[in-house]
Amino acid sequence: MDSAMDTPGIFSARLLIDISYFVTACLFILGLKRMSSPVTARSGIVWAGAGMAVATLVSFLYPGMSNYELIIAAIVLGTIVAWWSGKKVAMTDMPQMIALYNGMGGGAAAAIAAVELYRAAYANAAGAPVHHSTVVMSLAVVGGIIGAISFSGSLIAWAKLQGVINKTLRFGGQKFVNGALFLGSLAVGVIVVLHHGADPLHVSLIFGLALLFGIAMTLPIGGADMPVVISLYNALTGLAVAFEGFVLDNAAMIIAGTVVGSAGTLLTQLMAKAMNRSLANVLFSDFGSGGGASTTAVTGSMKSIEASDVGVMMAFAQKVIVVPGYGMAVAQAQHKVWEMCQLLIERGVQVKFAIHPVAGRMPGHMNVLLAEAGVPYDLISDLDEINAEFETADVALIIGANDVVNPVARTDKSSPIYGMPILNADKAKNVIVIKRGQGAGFSGIENALFFLDNTRMLYGDGQKAAAELVNAIKAVG
Amino acid sequence: MTGIVALYIFMLAAFTGYEIIAKVPVILHTPLMSGSNFVHGIVLVGAMVALGGAVTPLEKIIGFIGVLLAAGNAVGGYVVTERMLEMFKSSGVKKSGGGH
Repeated sequence: MDSAMDTPGIFSARLLIDISYFVTACLFILGLKRMSSPVTARSGIVWAGAGMAVATLVSFLYPGMSNYELIIAAIVLGTIVAWWSGKKVAMTDMPQMIALYNGMGGGAAAAIAAVELYRAAYANAAGAPVHHSTVVMSLAVVGGIIGAISFSGSLIAWAKLQGVINKTLRFGGQKFVNGALFLGSLAVGVIVVLHHGADPLHVSLIFGLALLFGIAMTLPIGGADMPVVISLYNALTGLAVAFEGFVLDNAAMIIAGTVVGSAGTLLTQLMAKAMNRSLANVLFSDFGSGGGASTTAVTGSMKSIEASDVGVMMAFAQKVIVVPGYGMAVAQAQHKVWEMCQLLIERGVQVKFAIHPVAGRMPGHMNVLLAEAGVPYDLISDLDEINAEFETADVALIIGANDVVNPVARTDKSSPIYGMPILNADKAKNVIVIKRGQGAGFSGIENALFFLDNTRMLYGDGQKAAAELVNAIKAVG
Repeated sequence: MTGIVALYIFMLAAFTGYEIIAKVPVILHTPLMSGSNFVHGIVLVGAMVALGGAVTPLEKIIGFIGVLLAAGNAVGGYVVTERMLEMFKSSGVKKSGGGH
């Protein structure tokens, strides 16, 4: 086997690797392109997967590699755990799972940087000649810092969405502490670059401070903002991978990492825009603290209604718009809701689903959850398409959604969600809200919609309520 | 690869990523984020090279962790993206099926 690596073999192995990486880069870009349309999306991930398989296999041919048994053991172990967890995770928990896998990528990029930097540091301490140029050292340090932040930050994001951590840690001078951690990591990084690796202690300090910064920066961010943060860390991991690609002279890593870095940045901006917040606002404001004290008092009372009455109302309606939220998916009610809608459609009622850009836990998450229940995507409309239609709807059925239908976003300038685009469900002739209890939404803000004259509350668990509605519509005959 | 060529690659790849995402409907944002999460799993090849060249025990330990995490990123990213996108494929079939 060694003979194939030596003398003329080095050239051909290297060439094969370069050509394979080129093919991989093409497959990644074409795959992502195909993923941007619902029709071709599934083949897109298969194409990208093929690219990944090719790149991984040829990487075993790198000249001068050793530790094959360790490499194979790590790949097998990582594959088994990730495969099992990825197959098992519920669709509702998808955002935190993406955060977890993303953090792993960031950690891997940081690990590459760590190997290179420790090697340089030990060589420097032993008085060996300089191995890397200043540019390469700088890229290793920056990529390592970004990767480490993405790693620890993503783990916190996962823990928060998973409910492992449900406290939002805030204290005075927090921004100062965070800034000090980040600048400290960067400053030690500069020392390491200038001194050709300095010593191992300095290298450890870079990563220690960067990891702490990732934790400290993510802890104060509220759960509602977490998808934006996950998307940001996704972009950061891409960037870290690209930087380490420069260090290793690996074109596949540079291209794939950069594409993800820029695509992820744009996706992050789109998500922040959908919530009418700037990225800086998400990262550095105290929104989502659960106080909600700034809202003006809501007048009126909530009026409840029975499922049988709602069934009759919808059965004789011309047009029903369903506004699903994350609460519906948590209650696993989407299948029953779709069953109910099919009954209505059979009766000649026009049924549409209105999806807010941040319904679910991230843009498009609700579409995935509805697709899982079998709802065809031509019945699903987004905010811009559907908002004018609420005025002509007889019934708007709100199930599990809250902040995204709160009219104070249009009217109350003192509200933290003022200016956020909302679904104008309050304009429908009748508004039915299926809700478990009388509590406030994810953001902790009281919902003025619940107190309107044309609103009726159907209290109960989402799945049970939907089942009752199915029976009620059947009873109408 | 010289520095300036690497810089060109960086620039072109950045525009490519931007262009790919710019025209995507909201319904695909989550799957696409997951898909791009999978794509940066390419860090696996870098981690393999790092571990393959590791000599000291410290390098081997860090390299091993790197490959482990990178494999998790790539495989996990693929599995969840594929699961999500699988649901979109049969929409047309279900539509005609629902109208019987």
